[in-house]
Amino acid sequence: MRPFTYERAIDAAGAAKAAAKIPGARFLAGGTNLLDLMKLEIERPGHVIDIGRLPLADIVETADGGLRIGAMATNSAVASDRRVRTKFPVLAQAILSGASGQLRNKATVGGNLLQRTRCAYFYDPAKPCNKRQPGAGCSALAGLNRGHAILGASEACVAVNPSDMAVALSALEAMVEAVAPSGAMRSFAVDQTHRLPGDAPHIETNLETGELVTAIVLPPPPVGRQQYRKVRDRASYAGGLFSLAVAGKNLSLGAVALKPWRATKAEAALAGGASPAEAADAELSQTQGRGRNDFKLVLARRVITAALEEGGAR
Amino acid sequence: MSSIADYALPNPVNQNRSGIIGRPVDRYEGPLKVSGTAPYAYEIETPSPPAYGALVTAEIGCGRIIAVDDAAARSAPGVKLVWHVFNPPSGQGEAGAKAYVQGQAVADPVLVNPVVRYFGQPVALVVADTSENANAAAGLVKVTYEQGAAEFDFEPLKATPTSADQDSHIGDFEAAFDAAPVKLDETYSTPIQNHCQMEPCATTAWWEEDRVVVHTSVQMIKRPQQLLAETLQIHIEKVHVMSRYIGGGFGGKGSHYEDLALAALAARDLKMPVKIAFTRQQMFNATVHRPATVQRVRLGATPDGRLTAMSLMAATHCARNEPFLERAAGFARALYAAPNRLTGHRLQLLDIAVASAMRAPGEASGMVSLEAAMDELAEKLGMDPIELRIRNEPDKHPETGQPWSTRQLVECMTDGAEKFGWARRNAKPGHIRDGRWMVGMGMAAAIRGNFLLPAKAALRVDAEGIIRLRQGMTDIGTGSYTILAQIAAETMGVALDKVVVEIGDSGFAPAPGSGGQFGAATAGSAALAGGMALRARLAEMAVADPGSPLHGAPVTAVDFRDGLVTAENRSETLASLVARLAPEGVEVEGSSSPAADIRDFASYSHGAQFAEVGVDTVTGEVRLRRMLGVFACGRILNEKTARSQITGGMIWGVGTALTETNRIDPRYGSLTGQDLGTYLAPVHADIANLDAYFLPEVDDKANPLGIKGVGEAGICGAAAAIANAVYNACGARVRDYPLTPDRVLQALGAF
Repeated sequence: MRPFTYERAIDAAGAAKAAAKIPGARFLAGGTNLLDLMKLEIERPGHVIDIGRLPLADIVETADGGLRIGAMATNSAVASDRRVRTKFPVLAQAILSGASGQLRNKATVGGNLLQRTRCAYFYDPAKPCNKRQPGAGCSALAGLNRGHAILGASEACVAVNPSDMAVALSALEAMVEAVAPSGAMRSFAVDQTHRLPGDAPHIETNLETGELVTAIVLPPPPVGRQQYRKVRDRASYAGGLFSLAVAGKNLSLGAVALKPWRATKAEAALAGGASPAEAADAELSQTQGRGRNDFKLVLARRVITAALEEGGAR
Repeated sequence: MSSIADYALPNPVNQNRSGIIGRPVDRYEGPLKVSGTAPYAYEIETPSPPAYGALVTAEIGCGRIIAVDDAAARSAPGVKLVWHVFNPPSGQGEAGAKAYVQGQAVADPVLVNPVVRYFGQPVALVVADTSENANAAAGLVKVTYEQGAAEFDFEPLKATPTSADQDSHIGDFEAAFDAAPVKLDETYSTPIQNHCQMEPCATTAWWEEDRVVVHTSVQMIKRPQQLLAETLQIHIEKVHVMSRYIGGGFGGKGSHYEDLALAALAARDLKMPVKIAFTRQQMFNATVHRPATVQRVRLGATPDGRLTAMSLMAATHCARNEPFLERAAGFARALYAAPNRLTGHRLQLLDIAVASAMRAPGEASGMVSLEAAMDELAEKLGMDPIELRIRNEPDKHPETGQPWSTRQLVECMTDGAEKFGWARRNAKPGHIRDGRWMVGMGMAAAIRGNFLLPAKAALRVDAEGIIRLRQGMTDIGTGSYTILAQIAAETMGVALDKVVVEIGDSGFAPAPGSGGQFGAATAGSAALAGGMALRARLAEMAVADPGSPLHGAPVTAVDFRDGLVTAENRSETLASLVARLAPEGVEVEGSSSPAADIRDFASYSHGAQFAEVGVDTVTGEVRLRRMLGVFACGRILNEKTARSQITGGMIWGVGTALTETNRIDPRYGSLTGQDLGTYLAPVHADIANLDAYFLPEVDDKANPLGIKGVGEAGICGAAAAIANAVYNACGARVRDYPLTPDRVLQALGAF
C-alpha cells in the first residue's frame, strides 16, 4: 500500500468538492473493495476521503410508494429491511446472494454499486490489464476467462461487473442520486451508471470526477413477481457464473457483461408473445464466448427459460 | 528394540484406568486461540521493537534477473534494508555447504541466485520500521528479467516414469484385462489445489548475543533449525526455533520458505528483531501446492463382481528442481483384491511453483478416480457398490501379503450404510426430485496408511505435583497439545488440569512433528515412554526413601493414580514425594521407536464415506445435502479432536468434489487464483449436515497406544462419494474434478 493523505468528510457536497480538487482522490465507504485494492496497489490514491460518517444511511419511503436508500446504508441493513423484503424481495435476495455476512455488514449500497471487477488478471499487478494500465492489453481475452463476459465486451476488456445488487436494481429500474463537486444534485438510472468497456475499459462509470453517489431511489415495485436467481460454483461468497433478476416484466442479467444487463430484447419478445426460450434467444443472439466461458450462453438460456416458465410469463 | 508383541502388553494408555483417554475434552489451547491471545509466529512479542520485512516476488515464470533498481525503495520512508541478488544478505553458507550440523540439512542461501525458477519466487526483501512502509517500498523495487525457455503446461502425455518410483505389476494385467467379461476403462483428472492455511507463512527472529531466536510457522522444527545453522553459519545449538501455535499446515508448512532465513539474516544485520510474513496472494505461488493429476483406471471383473484385473496409472507434475511425486496410485495397492494388477506414476517437470505434500498426498488425488470407477463398475454389473467392494475385500495386503494389523473397511461400509439409510438409494439415477433439486446418494471407501516414527519426550514433575511434558512436537490445529496432555495425565495418574504441555521448540526433546498423520502415534508413543521412565525414576526414589510410606516396597508394586504414588496399600501424594526428595523437580526423557518387526503387519486407517447431494439440472449446480463418514482408526485418544480431524478432511473432500481448483496460466506460468475469493475452498453454506463417527477399534500392532492416524483419513474417498452421488442424482458422470456447474451441464448433454 502506498502512503496517502486522509480526511473525514463532514457533508456530501464538501466531499465531492474535495475529491474533484485532488487528482486521484478516492472515497472510502465500507472499504471492502477499496482497501483490498490499495493493499495490492491496484488503487493508489494519494488522498482518501472517508465518507463513512456522512448521514446517508437512512432508508425512507418515498411519496410515490418507492424507497430511497442512502448510499451509506450497509448491504445487510438493506437486505434485512422489512420494506425491502416485502416490496422489493428481488433486491434482498440479490444482496444476500453476494459476498459474505461479514462483508455485507461493512459494505455500503454506494460502494456495492461502484465496486470494481473481480477479474483475476485485474487483481494481479504482474499481468497486463487495460483497466489498470490503458493500452497494456487484456490478459483475460485469451486467458482463463471462464467467468468473463459474453455480452457487450470488447477486445480491450472481457471482465464482468461483480455486483448482484446492481442486477436487481436494474430490473427494478432504480435511480441513482449523486452530488457533483459543484454541489448540484442529479439523478440517473442505474442502467446508465456503468459503461461497457469499448476501447477505454479504465473508465468504468458515467460519474464525473468527484461526483458522489448519495442514494438509490426505488420506484414503486412493479406489478408481478420478483425473483433473483444466481448460479455459482460455491454456495456462498462466490461471484456469479450467471444471474437473473425478474421484477414484473423486467429482466436483468448478471455476470454476463461489465454492467448489469437489462434484457430489453427478451422483454420485447415476451411482450410480443414469444415463448420463454424464444425470449432468451432474442436476448442472447449477440453473445460472444471467449472459449472457456462459452458455457455461459447455454447456462443463461437455460436459467432464463426455466425462470420464465416457472413464472408462467409469456 | 521392542517387538510388536510389546504393544499389546498393559500400559497406562491401553488400560485407561482414569478414563481420560478417549474422552472428548476441549482443546488444551482452545481458550487462547478463541480469545486471540495465542501468539502465532508473526505476533510474538519481541524483546525490543521489531522491523518488518516485505517480500518482492518474481513476475515471470522462468528466466533470470538481469537488473534490480532499488533506488526508490532505499530512499522510501522508514526503509532500513533492501536485499536482492545484486545486494544479497552476507554471511550465508554457500548453497549445499555442510559444516555445522549432522543430518541431511545443507545451507540454502537466499537471494543469491539470479535464476527465476517459478512465478512468485521471492526475489527481494525490503525491511522497514513498519509493515506499511515495508510493503509500500517493496512496490517500488523494479526488477528486470530475461525470460527463459519454460514449460508451464501440464501435459500428461509428456509425463515419464521416474527413477524414484517403480510401477507395481503383479500377474499379467494386460492379458487379464483383455479377457475380462466386464471392463471399465476411464480417465479422471484432479486440479492443482492450494493449502490456504488461515495463517500465512511467517517468521519473527532476533538475536541474543551470538544466538538466534526464531519463531516461525512450520510443521516440523528440526529441519528448519538445521538449515538455519548451515545457512547462517553458526552452531546448531545457537539456533533456537519455535513454532508454538500454527494456523494450519496441511502439508504446506512441512516445507520452509524464504521468510525463515531472511528474518534471521535481517535481524543479524540490523541488530534488531525482524518480522516477515507472506501475503495471502504470495501464499499461492510462492509456497507449495498439490499438483494436478490425470489418472487412467482400468478394471476387469467377472459378472459376479470379482475383480480380475485392476490398474491405476497416474500422471502428475512437479517443479523442475524440486522433486516431488504425488503418489496417486499408491493406495490402490492396498485396497482391493485382484490377481492381476498394475499401478504406477508418470511425472512431468514444469517451471511452475513447487508441488509438495497436501493432506493425504496420493490418496486424496487417487481415491477420487478408483472409487468413482468402482461406482461405474458396480452399475455395469448391476450390483450395489458396497456389495462390489465387499466381494473384493482382501484378507491380507494384496501386494505384500502382510496380514492386516486391523481392518474394518467392510464394517465401516455396512455400519455406515445402515446409519445413512443407504437402502433408500434408488440405484437408477435421476429418479428422486425435491423441488428444483434432483437428489442422489453415493459412497466410497477410504484408506490411508498409518505410520510410526522415532521420537522423544521429556516429562517433569515438580513439587506441586504438576506434570510438564516438553517435546519438539507441533500442533497445527490438530489437537496435539490436547492428546499429549491426556496421555501424560493418564500415564502419571493425575488429573488433566495437573498437566502442562509445552511443544514446538527445538530445545525440547526431539519429535518429527506433524505430517503424514503420524503425529499422534509418534509423539504420543514417546510421551507414554517418557511417562513410564518418569514413573520408574519416582518409584525408585520412593521405595528407597525411609521418609516415604512406600519405603521398602518392591519397585514393581509401585503404582500411580489419583495423584498418588502407591504400593501395597501405602501411598503418598506425588507432590509430597517430589517436594521432599527433589524440590527442584524430577525430569526424565523417554524415547520410542517403531518395533523391529512392525512391518510384519500392514497398518492402515479405514473408512467409508456417504454423501447425499442435490443437483439443479437447469444450472448444473451441485449442493451437498448430508454426508456421513464412518471410520476405524484404532483407539481414539480424544473423540472431539479426532472427529474434528475427520470432518475437516471430509470438508476438504467436499471442496475437492465441487469447488477447489487452481489453474496455471500457460502464458505466464502462474497460478491464477491468488486469494480466498477466487480459490474456492468450501464455506459453511457448502457443508450442510456433515457428521462422522468411529467404530470401536484397538490396533495393538501399530504402536503402544493402539491408535492410528486420523489427520488425513477423512479426506480420502470423500470427493468420490460426492461425485458418485451426483451421478445417482442426475445421471451426469463427471470425471474431471471439481464438478462445477459447467461440467455437470456438459455431462447432462446440455452442450
